[in-house]
Amino acid sequence: MTDSGMFGARGTGDTSGYSGLVRTPASTGSSERPYGSYFDEVADDLERAYPEFSQAIERIVVDCGELTLHVKREKLVAVALILRDSLKFEMCMGVNGVHYPDRTGREFSAVYPLLSLTHNRRVRLEVIVADADAHIPTLVEVWAGNNWHERETFDMFGIIFDGHPGLTRILMPDDWQGHPQRKDYALGGIAVEYKGATIPAPDERRSYK
Amino acid sequence: MTTFDPYAPSRDTTEGTVFSVTGGDWDSLIQEIGSTKEERVVVNMGPQHPSTHGVLRLVLELEGETVTEVRCGIGYLHTGIEKNMEFRNWTQGTTFVTRMDYLSPLFNETAYCLAVEKLLGITEDVPERASVIRVMMMELNRISSHMVALGTGALELGAITPMFFAFREREIVLDIFEMISGLRMNMAYIRPGGVQQDLPEGAIPKIRDAVKTMRKNFKDNTTLLVGNSIWLKRTQGIGYLDLAGATTLGITGPVLRSTGLPWDLRKVQPYCGYENYNFDVITADTCDVYGRFLIRMNELEQSLRIIEQALDKLEKLEGAPVMVADKKIAWPAQLALGSDGLGNSLNHIREIMGTSMESLIHHFKLVTEGFQVPAGQVYATVESPRGELGASVVSDGGTRPYRVHFREPSFNNLQATSAMSEGGMIADIIGAVASIDPVMGGVDR
Repeated sequence: MTDSGMFGARGTGDTSGYSGLVRTPASTGSSERPYGSYFDEVADDLERAYPEFSQAIERIVVDCGELTLHVKREKLVAVALILRDSLKFEMCMGVNGVHYPDRTGREFSAVYPLLSLTHNRRVRLEVIVADADAHIPTLVEVWAGNNWHERETFDMFGIIFDGHPGLTRILMPDDWQGHPQRKDYALGGIAVEYKGATIPAPDERRSYK
Repeated sequence: MTTFDPYAPSRDTTEGTVFSVTGGDWDSLIQEIGSTKEERVVVNMGPQHPSTHGVLRLVLELEGETVTEVRCGIGYLHTGIEKNMEFRNWTQGTTFVTRMDYLSPLFNETAYCLAVEKLLGITEDVPERASVIRVMMMELNRISSHMVALGTGALELGAITPMFFAFREREIVLDIFEMISGLRMNMAYIRPGGVQQDLPEGAIPKIRDAVKTMRKNFKDNTTLLVGNSIWLKRTQGIGYLDLAGATTLGITGPVLRSTGLPWDLRKVQPYCGYENYNFDVITADTCDVYGRFLIRMNELEQSLRIIEQALDKLEKLEGAPVMVADKKIAWPAQLALGSDGLGNSLNHIREIMGTSMESLIHHFKLVTEGFQVPAGQVYATVESPRGELGASVVSDGGTRPYRVHFREPSFNNLQATSAMSEGGMIADIIGAVASIDPVMGGVDR
């Protein structure tokens, strides 16, 4: 397996024909009250139901009409339980990772979209962890359906969900090296083996240079 | 070193003896297994199995014909679509997402485009005609998708004729798709800001005819299956999953509605103007395969109702734009229909090549580099035939997505296989999986 090079393209992998467009997302900062819509109510209800609110919620972001609660990972399970039982967010629509390699010490975001069937509301939880210590407590005990989503996020990013009943790869083969969705993982160039016969990676079959 | 022979009839592993069926006499295999004195048998069903709805691998632990444990093996169709999208511009993304859940391409495209439009802040600027076309295309797609679900589901349970009827109806829908977008599947027709092109001449009467034909044709499958005693025995009380199970597993779509909860995003969180259409949310309270089958069956009529209302709206909106007015986002040319199918717009080529240098530069920049999308992250959802399809999209402000993740209903719902099938008979797994209607292209992405 080669770690660099796309299909014949070298460098940044910028396919736009104009290099220098690679940039890191702006941090949206924290939003000020009033948040608008039902967001104030959600924040108030959570604050009332959860005494450690101020220690657990790092910041609240309202952007594009969506509410994001940034939760400290140590408090994630507690916040999730309150959200499920008191605020009636009965469903978690899974988790997905985002890798920000330039955000030193805070490289990974794990994002959980929640849905309340009772109130017809949505809220997003975001947990930020460092690449060197990419551990997040599992939410499988809270929402069983998160099982596969956490496995996928582990598979794709290498985030370890502590306490998960069986954290193994789900989409990639079990013996795969690396985590494909990380930004430092190159696109393409994987050799294929089938019943003993090897087929070279697409970028090595023929030179177009 | 011993060489691994993939065709050996049996080999010893740390888990016990593994038997491979490579042709030959089944009786000798049964005898061989019988001689091991093993009570518990683990059987691999799939990934190449005609009843697993695609390349799904089910690892079954059996005691006789009773299933004690089911585990799903997925990933055989993983194509790295989410990764690939990070290397293409925002508009090119539609070409990827349409290939995920290949039975409902238009839903994938719409979810993705709604997310991009949300980031761009142009949700309100998408022309009404574009939204109506989207709704109409999605509902046609829901019919074709449900047709495959019903047809293959029936086929897997041993009923062959329903599949012929189902695929006959699906063919009608695919013909309409071909007429409108040029492609029967994977059409990348819905684009950020609107749709790729307006309906061709004669589309509306043709769709009206198709609606009439389908409404009549749907009765064939209804009379074949609803109340059919063999069908009832194979589906009633099978694959049970109640509301509590569905919510904790995050199950949406027909499987959730089969528990009696009328949860349909088209009603509760409308998008693309679904609030302006009259239709019913179909539910069942049986929590079983039969209920899910009935829901899909009855949703067909609701889709036809929506299509008819959309056609009425389209007639009133004749000639209205189908792409946002902002030329920095809208692709510069509407394709023209040439004698050889689709082609470039000659007027546009004349303009950029002959009269306006600025137009040429703009065209070149937009097509090669694409447009920039403000930084942020959004989650946009649509009610796909399988449930909540959510697009989590992160932008860094550039011309390509920073991260796209799809919350695929098939991927999530497939987790219910164990809950639905454990403790039941091996033959009922087929019905349970078919009632989830997973599309492996969507599961694995």
